[in-house]
Amino acid sequence: MNAFEQAASTGEQISGPPSQTDYLLDRSFRGIATVCAWFILIIVGLIMGEIGIKAIPAISEYHIGFLTGTTWDVNKQTFGILPEIWGTLYSSILALVIGGFFGITMAIFLTQDFLPAPLALFFRTVVELLAAIPSVVYGFWGIFVVIPFIRPLADWLHTEFSWIPIFSTSLSGPGMLPAALVLSIMILPTIAAVSQDALRLVPYRIKEAAYGLGANRWEVILKVMLPTASTGIFGALVLGFGRALGETMALAMLVGNSNQLSLSLFSPGNTLAALLALNFPEAGEREIPVLMYVALVLLLITFAVNMAGTAIMSLTSNQMKAGK
Amino acid sequence: MMSQKWVSGRVRWDIILFVLVCVAVMVFGTVAHAGSESVALRGGGATFPAPLYQSWIVDFTKKHPDSKISYQATGSGEGVRGFLAEELDFAGSDAALSDEQIANVKRGAQLVPMTAGIIVLAYHVQGLSGPLKLPRNVYEDIFAGKITRWNDPRLQTANPDLKLPNRNITIIARQDSSGTTYALTNHLSAVSQEWRDRGPGVGKVVDWPGNSMLFHGNEGVASRIKISEGSIGYIEYGFAKRLGLPMAWLENKAGNFVEPTDHSGEETLAHNVQHMPANLRLMIPDPDGEQAYPIVTLSWLLLYQHYSNPAMAQAIKEFATFGLTDGQRSSRELGYVPLPAEIISRSLKALENIQ
Repeated sequence: MNAFEQAASTGEQISGPPSQTDYLLDRSFRGIATVCAWFILIIVGLIMGEIGIKAIPAISEYHIGFLTGTTWDVNKQTFGILPEIWGTLYSSILALVIGGFFGITMAIFLTQDFLPAPLALFFRTVVELLAAIPSVVYGFWGIFVVIPFIRPLADWLHTEFSWIPIFSTSLSGPGMLPAALVLSIMILPTIAAVSQDALRLVPYRIKEAAYGLGANRWEVILKVMLPTASTGIFGALVLGFGRALGETMALAMLVGNSNQLSLSLFSPGNTLAALLALNFPEAGEREIPVLMYVALVLLLITFAVNMAGTAIMSLTSNQMKAGK
Repeated sequence: MMSQKWVSGRVRWDIILFVLVCVAVMVFGTVAHAGSESVALRGGGATFPAPLYQSWIVDFTKKHPDSKISYQATGSGEGVRGFLAEELDFAGSDAALSDEQIANVKRGAQLVPMTAGIIVLAYHVQGLSGPLKLPRNVYEDIFAGKITRWNDPRLQTANPDLKLPNRNITIIARQDSSGTTYALTNHLSAVSQEWRDRGPGVGKVVDWPGNSMLFHGNEGVASRIKISEGSIGYIEYGFAKRLGLPMAWLENKAGNFVEPTDHSGEETLAHNVQHMPANLRLMIPDPDGEQAYPIVTLSWLLLYQHYSNPAMAQAIKEFATFGLTDGQRSSRELGYVPLPAEIISRSLKALENIQ
């Protein structure tokens, strides 16, 4: 006998106003959810506040010159992070160019009916699995696989074209290029996944219309699909860039930790995140505010990039909903 | 949008799992630790003698299972800092304390030389048919950033038989505050006035040329040399030997090129032991002797003269005595220089000051 029959036979009512318990559950759930939501905001605020406050002594001592100085000397208490800012942007932009190209190509390949659906799903999963590999494993892979692999090519480029600034030094081991290559693979899943979503969001009718007008497959992909999804793809690139900026462990292992400004792809460099990771463990009393200042700069750069990415993404989805 | 959430969700699970594992390790670790009642000595500092100290700790604990000794290789600078702040029970350093620092230790500081080692210039250059020979002004200028390529004429003149490649020289140096750096720069300053007055000078941390790669610890520098083509760096002999890195022959004060071997430090110490001062702070920045290897340093244990717990003082004395007697036998196979008998007897005498 189910609840309904039981109720019918005894004449009890099944429906009724919510009980006190229901109200209580409802309210407490709502309360918990609100607290959790605010908690996230508070944590972000606390982190930024804490870093900002601890950085104040360094900010007031080194001002804006900190961003343009090029020496990091604990003994003489001179600190400047221009080489690290340069290294962060240089490695991330290189990674973005390489990772962006492969990521978008992959997104086209997986969404534009090149593969049967099950196989496309399999490929997609494999690409997304790349995001699950720990950073330190990427670092080891970079050291033991990528560096020996690219060294012959790098040596050849250096010998033949050393007059071009980007090939002006020889590749010793850790350096900008291996770091950027590994970084590009690390940001590939983000770029591929978000670009795929952007391409899927393009209404099917647009594609049909293009085919109907007599366009061939390449014309549809390059002249209709990509331009329509371009803002979403751009958002994917910005998100990938944001990830590349903050990546730490693999870069600390691969970038070479060398405090210099160099255009050369093969010379070692440094990034803000790697500088933090490598200097923090034994930073003295005077060095901690300086490192906090570095953290603040890094935080602001990634924050700005991510905000821009999110803004562009929401713009795209609004456009799509409006049917433009 | 979905897959982006999926990606970040996965990362968060990783973190949660990691935190759980960490908590579990900490909880079980504490429970296991609370079980035994024994003397625990916490030490740390120099990475240079760390492999030797670790092996002494293993051997010593076999004989004295009730003493728990730990030594963390954090670098001499960090060891000295921890010792002065009384965060450690003992510290290791290859750069001895200054008189001022000794005076500032309320519980009294005692320097005890425990071992010695030679600092080698290890390099990674492919296709060399023999060992690299470096005259004094050449290796000084390499580390000053004045010689930047392997086929520099001065390097080639010193090594006429070697085919040196057309590559950049990548210096690999210590990032952390290090006694190894101190010993090298102390030597270079003794050799060259230029280095002392206008170059990087002497210190546990110095400003290396811009293209140098900086890493933590002797082991960090050694492993970077191993993977970096065209690199040169300074490390304790044992670290280079374990990784099979080629080491340069250096020109000494007498003008001879000396190969770094298991025995090259002994010759140097034997010739210079008579300079040992009362506080046992013997520095040999530029040793005499026909076959003396030029860069040698002692490594000291920094101990307090007074420990609040007599059992602790007893344990540290026993450990140091063990290192100075039985321990010296294992030092050569790990790449260190056994101390001459004269230094050992004075070190043992110094241990009597510990209460």
